[in-house]
Amino acid sequence: MARVPVLALALVALVLSACGDSSDSGGSGPVVVSAAASLKGAFTAYAEDTGGNARLSFAGSDELAAQIRQGVRPDVFAAANTKLPDVLFEEGEVGEPQVFAGNRLVLAVPAQGAKVGSLDELAGPGVTIAVGSASVPVGSYTRDVLGRLPAVQERAILANVRSQEPDVKGVVGKLTQGAVDAGFVYVTDVRATKGALKAIELPKGLKPSGAYGVAIVKGAKHPKAAKRFVAGLLDGQGADALRKAGFEPPPSP
Amino acid sequence: MSRAFAPLLVLALAVALAFLTVPVLAIFVDTSPGRLLDSLGDPVARDALWLSLRTTLLALAIILLVGTPAAYLLATRRFPGRALVLTLVELPLVLPPAVAGIALLAALGPRGLLGGALQDAGIALVLQTAGVVVALVFVAAPFYLRQAEAAFSAVDPSQLAASRTLGAGEARTFARVAVPAARSGLAAGTALAWGRALGEFGATLMFAGSFRDITQTVPLAIYDRFAEDFPGALALSAVLVCVSAALLLSVKLATRHDGRRGALA
Repeated sequence: MARVPVLALALVALVLSACGDSSDSGGSGPVVVSAAASLKGAFTAYAEDTGGNARLSFAGSDELAAQIRQGVRPDVFAAANTKLPDVLFEEGEVGEPQVFAGNRLVLAVPAQGAKVGSLDELAGPGVTIAVGSASVPVGSYTRDVLGRLPAVQERAILANVRSQEPDVKGVVGKLTQGAVDAGFVYVTDVRATKGALKAIELPKGLKPSGAYGVAIVKGAKHPKAAKRFVAGLLDGQGADALRKAGFEPPPSP
Repeated sequence: MSRAFAPLLVLALAVALAFLTVPVLAIFVDTSPGRLLDSLGDPVARDALWLSLRTTLLALAIILLVGTPAAYLLATRRFPGRALVLTLVELPLVLPPAVAGIALLAALGPRGLLGGALQDAGIALVLQTAGVVVALVFVAAPFYLRQAEAAFSAVDPSQLAASRTLGAGEARTFARVAVPAARSGLAAGTALAWGRALGEFGATLMFAGSFRDITQTVPLAIYDRFAEDFPGALALSAVLVCVSAALLLSVKLATRHDGRRGALA
């Protein structure tokens, strides 16, 4: 007879407990990290090395920043550039950002049967290219780098772009599925495909290197764990995992 | 018991109503009509809207052309394995969009099952507008097939038999008797499939990619804007909500007009 109300109460309790799950303010729970898609391999390894006490989510840095602006509160925000953490810092959403790694944009092609062998061949007729969307760091690096080419070459390359992906994983996926002939990704993404893709280095004059910034989010629920996580990125197991994944040490300013 | 039960029912309905409508209303609260019109003037948004219109209409035409006779067959014939066929045809209904995207790549991608054959035939789908249409047909067709099968099943078999007795062939019976008799159910199925196609996101992104005026439909444009221009994304969302609401309303009117309430089941 009383079954329905009991069931309803149980449901309400369940929902409430799910909501209350993350409310421990003692800093004992897992540190919640929002990180750029390109950090997936390195951060996952870092979290495993330190006992798996971290909740990681990966997406385009710009989407993660937009979520933080909309009130989503991870403990740590790690972006594939320094611009987004700097802007969020100015807006008072995060603490002071620190540069923790460097990465290098490369031209990626399939390891076997690649149609493109160099940057010069990229502008040829019938070549298809995937890049990151302009709003995501990998996409804006790509546009910056291409912007340093002669205007004719830049235009010809951009004319061959067939997809603008919301994060770097999308570009890698299109490449490994053979949907495009070439794409601009980070050297670490190529390494993470374990031989499926091949990196073609870009000329130094195009300044293909970029810095990654990390910040602790204002109002973080686990500030101590967040501090430990960030410290480990700069010097410790996180830094080791980053080097192993192919990230460069933070470029000196 | 009933004294305690009735308020609980009301409470449950109130909770459900609030939970389902507040997010949709929030889109409109955060968007001024001026903002909405501005976003429609934006060329990227206009390209996305135009592309969505073209691709969904094309997908719908394919679905109606193939789906209507297929559903008629499923509804009027009994054959071994019919239940299995029905289940297979409805499977994409419950597939997560990401799975649909992977499945399409595995089947029709350049490295997929039929990728080589398509390439030999000179057919390019991936990263092309045609690929968007393929993704839309895949996810939306089951909505129409299900509805059309139910609509044809509800047609009085004696009506079809009478048509045949009077000398109309099978094709004529289908076109002149069955389709008109099932029209409101078919219309409802069309609107549902259209709504699903308009909202398609994951399979399109994975299979067709995202490029302005080629493959960037409205949902992809919303996602692309979300990070940089939240108000713009809201405005574009509002447009989609209005169109979808109009479609849903037309389903309700189509099925109600006919007085056949079972059509949506």
